[in-house]
Amino acid sequence: MREDDGARRRLDFAAWLFLAPALILLAVFSFWPVAFGSLLAFTDYSLIRETHWVGLDNFRYIFDNEMFVTGLKNSLLFLLMVPFVQIGALSLAVLVNNKLPGIRYFRAAFYVPVVTTVSVVGIMWGFMFHEQGTLNYVLQTLQLVNAPVGWLSNDTIALFAIMFVTLWRGLGWYMVMYLAALQAVPADMQEAAILDGANRWQRFWKITVPMLRPTIMICSVLSVLAALKAYQEVDVLTQGGPMNSTFTGLYYAYDQGLKHLKLPRALAASFVVSIFCVGIALLCLRYIRPKHR
Amino acid sequence: MKTITHYLLLCAIAVVCVFPFWWTLVTALSTEGNIFAYPPTFWPQKPSLDNFIEVFNAIPIWRFFRNSVFIAACTVFWKLVLCSAAAYPLARMQFKGRKLVFGLILATLVLPSEVNFLVNFITVTKLSLVDTYTGVILPNVVNAVAILLLKQAFEEVPQDLIDAARVDGASEWIIFSKIMLPLIAPWLATVGILTAVEAWNEYIWPSIVMSKPDEFPLSVGVLYLRGTFGSSTRVIAAGTVLTILPTLAAFLFTQRFFMRGMDGAVK
Repeated sequence: MREDDGARRRLDFAAWLFLAPALILLAVFSFWPVAFGSLLAFTDYSLIRETHWVGLDNFRYIFDNEMFVTGLKNSLLFLLMVPFVQIGALSLAVLVNNKLPGIRYFRAAFYVPVVTTVSVVGIMWGFMFHEQGTLNYVLQTLQLVNAPVGWLSNDTIALFAIMFVTLWRGLGWYMVMYLAALQAVPADMQEAAILDGANRWQRFWKITVPMLRPTIMICSVLSVLAALKAYQEVDVLTQGGPMNSTFTGLYYAYDQGLKHLKLPRALAASFVVSIFCVGIALLCLRYIRPKHR
Repeated sequence: MKTITHYLLLCAIAVVCVFPFWWTLVTALSTEGNIFAYPPTFWPQKPSLDNFIEVFNAIPIWRFFRNSVFIAACTVFWKLVLCSAAAYPLARMQFKGRKLVFGLILATLVLPSEVNFLVNFITVTKLSLVDTYTGVILPNVVNAVAILLLKQAFEEVPQDLIDAARVDGASEWIIFSKIMLPLIAPWLATVGILTAVEAWNEYIWPSIVMSKPDEFPLSVGVLYLRGTFGSSTRVIAAGTVLTILPTLAAFLFTQRFFMRGMDGAVK
């Protein structure tokens, strides 16, 4: 018995030894920021002065600030993209889930935007969206517009242009997730349905979609969170302009915190965005948890 | 007929996905003509590599390249070491607090990590890691997704192998390093490739930590071209092409791993 206890304890010790380095880093760079950041949002922290508790001052400041309020609205507007990304990615996955010659190259082509640096994405789409850029040329040639559109310089359009770029970048990623799930759908189920005379459309709705349910749920939640947290594309395409119209909640935090070094305000802003994220994540978990049979 | 419409659809989408890359390449290779000419040209005018040479003269692109390689290599190495070490006990050992630790790791998936930048910036400053590659790399080496993937990989190894080794008196470290790690090599490769591409493309965090242009990674350095060559779109395009090429090459050669890796992530 005694020996067993010793062995048990040695194993426990070994387990913690294996985990320790990773846990320490997670504590420092993931848990600490959340805890400490939430506290600092209620102070006037700066790297050079003594820190005082200021209660809700930072929150009052940001909610009185038009940039942040616009940002929050824009972050919510970004949610409009979620159905487009998800339906688009699922359709794409169905489209490439075929044993056609050369299909691998199409999959690769659709995935290429995913593996491109955001700074490069910013430069390329800067070209595309230029007033005399390719996009306007194509649209004018097709006679869809009759004057060049200021994709990034018009304050009602710029945000949608940025949303389109995030869509362009995101499709491939979700496509791969759906593709993997599609390939896990057992072939014999499809064959049985074909024998029963089900057509393509019926098979898709009655077999494929129910089988994909967990993946659809996970991808949708991830995509909602990603939409709320969008800001990198803003940084490389418009930096919040024109006339602050493309600020998002998190871009405001980034701008205040790391460009103007107003950390408490930035933390208050990211606190608000996080609340949205956690709230939505909890809501989703509550409603999409697989039902018990 | 059905196949033809299928291909047409595929081609149309592929054009939308790839066109910005193509146009950038055409611009980078052209030496003549107005960039924003009407009608735009979709084929290089008087093609030459002059713009690329200009990039090499304008910014220390080799340095940026080396910096990126260094950052990516270190991130991959440490992530594989630390995350596989953390995944092993979670997968194969029964110890007190296992569920709690696992829950904590899962929780980092929901919390918006983008928000951590602000406090991590303070932490990195306090640890005097500003302007060091350690500061760029350290926050990225442990992540929940990698731990989850590797945990799954460890769980697939037959228990008999571990029991036999324990009976033979092998220490946990030997079992982990000599038996388990070689068996999950394909998974390590998958996580490694995904991490390499991620680290190569990382843009915001390195631009926060690094302030000396000489030490920028390529992803940050390429934006420098926009500052120095505000008007010369062709040079900017050439720099952009040079930045994407390594990722594209890596992606094309390891595509199979990518897709298979994703396969595992979902199941």
